[in-house]
Amino acid sequence: MKQRQPISKSPLFSTLAMTLIMSLLLSSCGSSESNVESGNRTGTLHWGNGTEPQSLDPHIATGVPEHHVITSLMEGLVRKDSKTLAPKPGVAESWTVSEDGRVYTFKLRENARWSNGDVHNAHDFAWSWWRALQPALGNLYAYMYFPIANAQKYYQGEITDFNEVGVKALDDLTLQVTLANPTPYFLQLLDHYSMFPVHQATVEKFGRADERGTRWTYEGNLVANGAFKLQSWEINRAIVVVRNTFYHSNDSVKLNSIVFYPTENVTTEERMFRAGQLHYTNDVPIDKVATYRADNNKALKVTPYLGTYFYRINVNVPHLQDKQVRRALGMTIDREQLTEHVLKAGQIPAYAMTPPNTRGYYPPVGLSFNPEAARKLLADAGYPNGEGFPSTEILYNTNEGHRKVAVAIQQMWREHLNIDVKLLNQEWKVYLDSESNGDYQISRAGWIGDYVDPNNFLDMFICNGGNNRTGWCNEEYDRLVLEVAPRAKTHEERLAIFGQAEQMLMDDLPVLPIYTYTSKHLVNPAVKNLVDNILDQPSYTEIYLQGESN
Amino acid sequence: MFKFALGRLLQAIPVLLVVITMTFMLVHSAPGGPFSADKAVPAEVLIALEAQYNLDQPLWQQYISYLSDVLHGDFGPSFKYPGRSVNELIYSGLGTTAELGFYAMLVAIFIGVIAGVTASMRPNTMQDYIPMTAAMIGICMPSFLLGPLMVLVFGIHLEWLPISGWGDIPGDKIMPAITLGTGYAAYIARLSRGGMLEVLSQDYIRTARAKGLSEFLVVGKHALRGGLIPVIAFLGPAFAGLLGGSFVVETIFNIPGLGRFYVQAAFNRDYTMILGTTVFFATLIILFNLLSDMLAIWLNPKLRQQVRGESS
Repeated sequence: MKQRQPISKSPLFSTLAMTLIMSLLLSSCGSSESNVESGNRTGTLHWGNGTEPQSLDPHIATGVPEHHVITSLMEGLVRKDSKTLAPKPGVAESWTVSEDGRVYTFKLRENARWSNGDVHNAHDFAWSWWRALQPALGNLYAYMYFPIANAQKYYQGEITDFNEVGVKALDDLTLQVTLANPTPYFLQLLDHYSMFPVHQATVEKFGRADERGTRWTYEGNLVANGAFKLQSWEINRAIVVVRNTFYHSNDSVKLNSIVFYPTENVTTEERMFRAGQLHYTNDVPIDKVATYRADNNKALKVTPYLGTYFYRINVNVPHLQDKQVRRALGMTIDREQLTEHVLKAGQIPAYAMTPPNTRGYYPPVGLSFNPEAARKLLADAGYPNGEGFPSTEILYNTNEGHRKVAVAIQQMWREHLNIDVKLLNQEWKVYLDSESNGDYQISRAGWIGDYVDPNNFLDMFICNGGNNRTGWCNEEYDRLVLEVAPRAKTHEERLAIFGQAEQMLMDDLPVLPIYTYTSKHLVNPAVKNLVDNILDQPSYTEIYLQGESN
Repeated sequence: MFKFALGRLLQAIPVLLVVITMTFMLVHSAPGGPFSADKAVPAEVLIALEAQYNLDQPLWQQYISYLSDVLHGDFGPSFKYPGRSVNELIYSGLGTTAELGFYAMLVAIFIGVIAGVTASMRPNTMQDYIPMTAAMIGICMPSFLLGPLMVLVFGIHLEWLPISGWGDIPGDKIMPAITLGTGYAAYIARLSRGGMLEVLSQDYIRTARAKGLSEFLVVGKHALRGGLIPVIAFLGPAFAGLLGGSFVVETIFNIPGLGRFYVQAAFNRDYTMILGTTVFFATLIILFNLLSDMLAIWLNPKLRQQVRGESS
């Protein structure tokens, strides 16, 4: 009998092995330089950008990933200093404000151009803002325009003539904006992408001005006015923007291009950073923060962020209608313990809705950790030592971080109040549905500021406000926020009015503030001039790369 | 054979109709809508959006108009990505997912057939136990564990292979292909072992051996053709499964494939995208099943005769 031939010598084996190895290896030929190394050499920033942007139309888009790409491609009348967030010239080189604080007159740069070389003037702003206020467009940020006189009425169809709205192009280089009331944060709004101008001829080339989802923002079509222009957009792969030579301050821009990667899986993103594929990560896995800290790794950047993590309380639930109960719950959350031992990423315990030092505003201290007083309040409400306390549930959207916080609070309430609450997690859209329908008792929530002003945190809780969702309504609160504060004569007076309103909110506690967010990123040391700020907004015109190879 | 294929394709029509109808009903009955967001959506905006995507019409009208669009090969606009059609999104991810599936399939066949055939040649010995134990581990090892493990070892510690991307950096296709292919390799190993064991006990193999043919010829020329029929029957659904199930691997390695769209569409309540990808995958599964059945018939004389008999 012949000796058996090893299978590894069979033609089948060889064919399969060769096909496999050749396919895998030959299909990926090229150089072995990492993205970071090549980026440092060519001036290309590799940016982890979270999810795939839905749209690059500034009047349709919402979300942080969209914000990053759009601000690299487009610019408003005013920009913000990356450190102080003070307004500085954008497309407008200067502006004046009338004595009553209602009329802003912007002088546009003579050398402002669109990325195709077209002249960029004041009429572009007037037309773009008209477009942004067309309800058919489905602009979720239309409310950013509401400080402008008659903008809200026009948007809601109460008036139909846009000439009545407080926006006028006085000439090619002068834009006049009239506000309904003095709005101290108005200049900040102009740096929000929802108020950026769009190129009329390009928009109209691909559809009606108020048509949602035409192809004007796509690769090869988009004409914009920012420091960079769109080179390519491969879905779920990368968006590449390159320097726009028509940009008015092109000489001061250091980067040649930016590659935005959709990196929704934060663990994968962190590994990409370690492997030199990214200069910057959108986030850092919460479990990794402690490791980076222990290693004293300078790549980790943790900065306070203008946002509050809080629990909404549905005040229509019978046993949660009693504010003594809500107060007892609020006073038995040990926020120091939670931020230090559970969250561990530098979060700041929050005892009010508005983060401290929001444009010089410090919220009143109305809440503290005091289990003894809380037990008394609960007893006064009819539940001595938690006895007879009805079944209560904390709702959160499925996420490990939210679960950890909910478990910790569940334990704190059990320990300090002797009450048992249940936890209920729901998938994101189901959770949104439950919350907006009031189908919850206590629900996790977060709010990130669009602009630095207490108004952005306090006008959420006006009666029937779309983002209130607690059922809480206080007419005096509404009056202070909507009528008294806008008419304040001085900044200090305005802050004092907000303080009064927030005190009411904290007395009634339809919400339990838990902590102020921090933004977490990994940044390669080659990235220079990336300045931290509480809005977590980078300025791509200032960033430059200086790697070892330079 | 033609009649057989035609018959199967005709059977596919009611199957696809049921798939479309059930998916349509399920997505529309799921809580949460495509436009619900963390920040409240003003009533004016919601009305405008619903009108634009025909969601303001009665459900039966939406269903009829969707069916009509699908018949014309149009899966409609994506709700999540304004301006992009579902056809365009499927097309953009399909190439990558198909390439990933193809490499994973090569990995699976290569490892699976070698392990299965090796094991079948000496059943109930160490030569059998070792590859079959490895196969069992392969079946049990989920890709969300194998992928990160490989990334840690070969990507981060040894720095041999890139840890993410697809076609961007040399060698970035290796780990995803192995991660996705390993589970299927394990199934193929077990199937090919079973098939080979059955064939190796047949009279014609005994005859071949009695004629003094080498073991290589016996296995390679006579036994493999019959022994791998179960594997071939498995390849069709396996390839469809690889395409549809690549989501985890695509997420781990940040690959711009179709699997990610499929799952994200469900989270986003992107109705048209969920429907489009489901119908697309259902069609693929039907086609791949048909192809693998036809291949099995072509390889197996018994089945060939049976089909001929039914046709005549």
